[in-house]
Amino acid sequence: MSLQSSLANPATELRAYGPTADLTVSPLSSRRERARPETGTAPDNPRTEPGPVRFIIIALAITFLSVFVVLPLVVVFASAFSKGIGAYLAALAEPEALAAIRLTLLVAAISVTLNLVFGVVAAWAITKFDFSGKTFLITLIDLPFSVSPVISGLVFVLLFGAQGFFGTWLQAHDIHILFAVPGIALATIFVTFPFVARALIPLMQEQGTQEEEAATSLGASGLQTFFRVTLPNIKWGLLYGVLLCNARAMGEFGAVSVVSGHIRGETNTMPLLVEILYNEYQFVASFAIASLLAMLALITLVVKSVLERRLDEGQEPRDH
Amino acid sequence: MSIAVARRSTLPWFGLTMGLTLTWLSVIILLPLAGLFLKTSELSLDQFWGIVTSRRTLNALKISFGLSFLAALVNLVMGTIIVWALVRYRFPGRRLFDAIVDVPFALPTAVAGVALTQLFAQKGWLGAPLAELGIKVAFTPVGIFIAMIFIGIPFVVRTVQPVLQDLDVEIEEAAASLGANRWHTVFRVILPSLIPALLTGFALAFARAVGEYGSVIFIAGNLPNVSEIAPLLIVIRLSEFRYADATAIAVVMLLASFLIIFAVNRLQRWAQTRIPAH
Repeated sequence: MSLQSSLANPATELRAYGPTADLTVSPLSSRRERARPETGTAPDNPRTEPGPVRFIIIALAITFLSVFVVLPLVVVFASAFSKGIGAYLAALAEPEALAAIRLTLLVAAISVTLNLVFGVVAAWAITKFDFSGKTFLITLIDLPFSVSPVISGLVFVLLFGAQGFFGTWLQAHDIHILFAVPGIALATIFVTFPFVARALIPLMQEQGTQEEEAATSLGASGLQTFFRVTLPNIKWGLLYGVLLCNARAMGEFGAVSVVSGHIRGETNTMPLLVEILYNEYQFVASFAIASLLAMLALITLVVKSVLERRLDEGQEPRDH
Repeated sequence: MSIAVARRSTLPWFGLTMGLTLTWLSVIILLPLAGLFLKTSELSLDQFWGIVTSRRTLNALKISFGLSFLAALVNLVMGTIIVWALVRYRFPGRRLFDAIVDVPFALPTAVAGVALTQLFAQKGWLGAPLAELGIKVAFTPVGIFIAMIFIGIPFVVRTVQPVLQDLDVEIEEAAASLGANRWHTVFRVILPSLIPALLTGFALAFARAVGEYGSVIFIAGNLPNVSEIAPLLIVIRLSEFRYADATAIAVVMLLASFLIIFAVNRLQRWAQTRIPAH
């Protein structure tokens, strides 16, 4: 089981904080630690700093987070509602806005579904069996986290663009990938590739294979084992991965921007429309769309913390 | 790459799931990335060198890597202060601020971009008072720097936080009982044991800032040689159909980020040998 322990070690878990991860799949162990009660807060404790120092550190932390994180969030909503709620709603009811929302939902549905299936399949292969090269395989799955979004889009332009490897063939057969939904979906799948697998691998590693082996030895089929034994064990982790995958899929900008072609009403996702409207000085409309994406981010964070608490509680009681 | 079953398992689907995993991984990730390197190999070394060392490319790379480095330094210092406040102290709103740290992870980059621009524009809430002091942020390199700080802060906080929480308090008590004052305990005992996590957080924030596009381009001004980041130059070259130029810049950036992943992995191995398992 040496591979299992090397998978569960902090080095591999820390890599979940991939360099370009928008939403990080935080390692289970650290989530647990975070739930631990803090120590050393009594004023006369020899292990803490003098009062003024504490005050300065807290003030610096609060000021920094307020200026760099809270204020930008507030600005989004303030600008969206700066001409009143009527202008806000009118901006969202524009056909262009509705088309962008539809496209974003469609692309997210495609990429989340495919990455959900891939994540479960990959996590099953990686955690239920021993084979050499496992760590390397996980590194490859993590790769999109460390690729600039622009490059994630560029690779598909090189494949499917007019001068790309398959460009002439695609043109001859009148197949549109670039500047169309398939290209946007491909780029989104690329950038959201690791999320579900990354959320499941540490969890399933920790759970081992005994329960599944017991089920199969009692005569359960593979599918029965998966749906009755594995799935109930991993459901919160799976939801966690899907949540982060979805947030990134709906919010992706750089990669999608490169492959979209910005055809109005056709290939603009919500983040792309935010850019276009902003550059046209239509600030209310731009921030109205941005406010929807900001709400998505806030809801994602709230649900994420709920799911983390579920995961901390360990395995939920079985349904049956 | 050698992947072979080393253990007989009674569980089904090893071949099926492994085959699907490798196929999907190859189609979506490996082949497209290989295409990038293949495209670059069409260039002669001189051509490649010529593109990468042209004045505009060199300046874009300098701006991206230089400002990312500075922003990661700020994140290192401010991230440590934030982690310290969140882990060691109790103050009103602590849990809320802890949650807020994740916002730059979750907020779509285009939204962050327009929000920061609005905030720091000449008439913005922060831009106006700063302009009175004679400081221009939006549409200057300072704006790029600010956006990179925004995008990088969670990496340092979330990497260092669990390590500080895990830190054995007995070491601190020992240091104190041996007569070390608080200042000594913090700088000679606690901070040294955080070094691997701090360096990892720094590297991750740096790597993220180098590749960042959405949150930077709005506030940057995008003046060639002055405030044009490398990812934007890739996009510009693509829109001019100069694929070779775009690809060459991308390869340089990709190699840099692979180097950073390698460094991070080494750092974590180092961290494990330093801190005994708990």
